[in-house]
Amino acid sequence: MKHKLLVKLVALVGIIASITLVLAGCGSSSSSESNNPSSVEKIQKRGTIRVAVFGDLPPYGWVNKDGKRVGYDITLARKIAKDLNVKLKFVQVNANNRVDALNSNKVDIVLANFTVTPERKDVVDFAKAYMKVSVGVVSPKDSPITKVSQLNGKNLIVTKGTTAENYFTSKQKSVDLLKFDSKTQQFNALKNNRGVALADDNSYLYAWVKDNPTYTVGIKNIGPNQYISPAVKKGNKSLLNWTNKEIKKLNKQGFFTDDYNSQLKPYFGDEVKPSDIILPQK
Amino acid sequence: MAHSGINVLFEGTNLTRLLLGMWTTFKIAAVAIIIGLIIGIILGILRTFHNPILRFVLRIYLEFFRIVPTVVLLFLFYYILPRQMNLHMPGTQVAMLVFSLWVAAEMSDIVRGALISVPIHQKESGLAIGLNKFQLYRYVLVPQAVQLELPATINLITRVIKTTSLLMLISVMDVVNIGQQIVEANNQKYPTGVFWIYGLIFLLYFLIDYPLSWWAGRLEKKRLEQTNGE
Repeated sequence: MKHKLLVKLVALVGIIASITLVLAGCGSSSSSESNNPSSVEKIQKRGTIRVAVFGDLPPYGWVNKDGKRVGYDITLARKIAKDLNVKLKFVQVNANNRVDALNSNKVDIVLANFTVTPERKDVVDFAKAYMKVSVGVVSPKDSPITKVSQLNGKNLIVTKGTTAENYFTSKQKSVDLLKFDSKTQQFNALKNNRGVALADDNSYLYAWVKDNPTYTVGIKNIGPNQYISPAVKKGNKSLLNWTNKEIKKLNKQGFFTDDYNSQLKPYFGDEVKPSDIILPQK
Repeated sequence: MAHSGINVLFEGTNLTRLLLGMWTTFKIAAVAIIIGLIIGIILGILRTFHNPILRFVLRIYLEFFRIVPTVVLLFLFYYILPRQMNLHMPGTQVAMLVFSLWVAAEMSDIVRGALISVPIHQKESGLAIGLNKFQLYRYVLVPQAVQLELPATINLITRVIKTTSLLMLISVMDVVNIGQQIVEANNQKYPTGVFWIYGLIFLLYFLIDYPLSWWAGRLEKKRLEQTNGE
């Protein structure tokens, strides 16, 4: 009886393994340009561009109370569809399935606050950046921190796993870090004066300061800039080149300043200038 | 002005959107349950036959869908299979397919279990009066098995409805997904809105699932009364 069960188990594993192999064998020919379903030509022939966006990240990609998709990324998506002269179809994704949506040809392009990192560059192709973020430092208005040297030997609040934690751990060793697990916890800690300041992505801080006017983003940019770019499937040269040209053109036209003013400014307030977020117009 | 969190439900089209999301959820669950139950009953009957190859294949099918978590199945059918086989289906159809196959697998085991627990003398009496195999199933085994399997089936249905909350993963705009959109969009204005939105989602699921679960309980009680009552 036991022996029979073992035979069955081996057979089962064997069958699954062979199915996987067969499937893997079928698929490896999809990268050539002729059967790329997301080339500019194919998109225009289809008449629709499918864009992966966030649905729950104001002010970049979210849904307003009338059920309409809005945000900084969404405005760009609408502009791209208009300039390609095609209809627009949104596919809502989470941070975790942005890469899979591209690789399985579910979408043509990702416009979902996608930060360029070396690891991601290996799996997708990034076009020219349309936004930059970097680490900022927020502190109470009555004792503002405007220089990193003011932080020496003092407690700085950060969230684990963020770029801010990474930067201060490796580059500013004289600052004492107080680490928390979530955004809510870190902001509560700042309000309870557990540290003299708090470091996080500057775009979060701008929005937070708007609701908490007794605080100020004393240091707006520290450490390396990080860029937010549209992403296309690896090897999709056609759409990548078109998007690069489009971003360049839109930059010249001042499109991103308008986009900033209509979508981000209401969230960030007047303390922030468009040039803190968007890239210089060349 | 202070905002009470409950108002978040009545802003703009929020409530309609949540209800539409629930409709999507319901539609997917209903299609999957109907298709799944039909296939499951057929497979369950086939599994009581004595053909070893058939039984082996169906057993593997059952174990595959029972062991692999639904999240993984959805991911496999939505992201991985299309990439390998160039077969494209929208998220809702993938959801219906995966859930149908899953229901069919679970149902086949329920039906098989019910068929073999019909008392043996019923089967033997049927054969004794000269019924053929089809007649035996049609008039003796299946009608008695249905009674035995109903509570388990309804239990399965409520599980399917609840599991649709995973559909967010494959970009289906179900009620949980839309709920999250609304929560994030109103975080600044209604910090307590999250409680009301998830509260409403809970209520919607409850309104669908509880009557089913109540019905299952009642059927079970009735069956026990019938068998032990006299």
